[in-house]
Amino acid sequence: MTWSSFRGQERLTVPAKSAHDILKSLNERAGMDMLVDVTAVDFLEYEGAKDRFEVVYCLLDTESNERLIVSVFLNEPDLELPSVYEIWRAADWLEREVFDMFGIRFPGHPNMKRLLLPEEFVSFPLRKDYPMKGRGERHNFPVITRAQS
Amino acid sequence: MATQVRQLGDSVMWTQLDAAASWARKNSLWPMPFATACCGIELMAASASRHDLSRFGSEVMRFTPRQCDLMIVAGRVVMKMLPVLQRIWLQMPEPKWCISMGACACSGGVFDTYSVVQGIDRFIPVDVYIPGCPPRPEQLIRAVLDLQEKIQKTGTVWGSEFTGRDVPEGPPRFDADELVRIRDRDRMQLQLPVYDPRH
Repeated sequence: MTWSSFRGQERLTVPAKSAHDILKSLNERAGMDMLVDVTAVDFLEYEGAKDRFEVVYCLLDTESNERLIVSVFLNEPDLELPSVYEIWRAADWLEREVFDMFGIRFPGHPNMKRLLLPEEFVSFPLRKDYPMKGRGERHNFPVITRAQS
Repeated sequence: MATQVRQLGDSVMWTQLDAAASWARKNSLWPMPFATACCGIELMAASASRHDLSRFGSEVMRFTPRQCDLMIVAGRVVMKMLPVLQRIWLQMPEPKWCISMGACACSGGVFDTYSVVQGIDRFIPVDVYIPGCPPRPEQLIRAVLDLQEKIQKTGTVWGSEFTGRDVPEGPPRFDADELVRIRDRDRMQLQLPVYDPRH
């Protein structure tokens, strides 16, 4: 668990095991009452990176207007983090989006399914090993000719 | 008989049934505005007072496909929207036509990404294409005029000109080179979802 500060932005890096407890105590004791964003970063082939994924929680104390960024590093195959839905309800769609784009699961989330992409989709497009033009999913529809319709 | 009818003068008009039906259809096109992006704004401008698409008989925009016979696809169509597009197209009554408006609807435009369909003509039949990003309202009016000309030239009462169009008219769904490139790069089999437009 390390603190770092860059241009007035406080960042707390925590291990994945204790992430849920730390976030819960940040909410209950440190007054971080708003979850602004949950997102993730893929560090595949990134220079100097040791871990594959980083999940980022952006927290805000609406009374003192202080912000804190909590980041958790994850590696395959353990792409799971306990859901913070019970702490902040705002995590509902944010965690679903992270799952949709990166394939990181959040056990404890009440409705862990894809948010933006079709449910039949099998890939996670914001991973760096996914080609930008896809794997042909965009072409995989039936063709309707004029005589049929 | 014919001479007797001719004596009636201008109150009688001789024509073919196909031509009469096509004349009536081409001058009362009811567009279905499938506007998903900025081309939709130009589509609205074309039907508004300044450019006034109603001068050409196609101003009655209806937002239900059951009342339309001209689909104007204005804007990019993404993977999640394409089954909707196909379903709306299937719900429109015959005879019907389709205008693909703008670069994105015609070819995907600048959105060459995993989620954007690279041209709706790969999946539904298109009669008139409009280039431009977005096209001017005048171009849409030109397309409607071209479509009217096409209807007048090829139209039949019972729509038999459509029955011959039984092969896909757009480019092939898959760009073969693209698939080879993807497979080579990823060294993996394609795992593709299956969609049904008639769900």
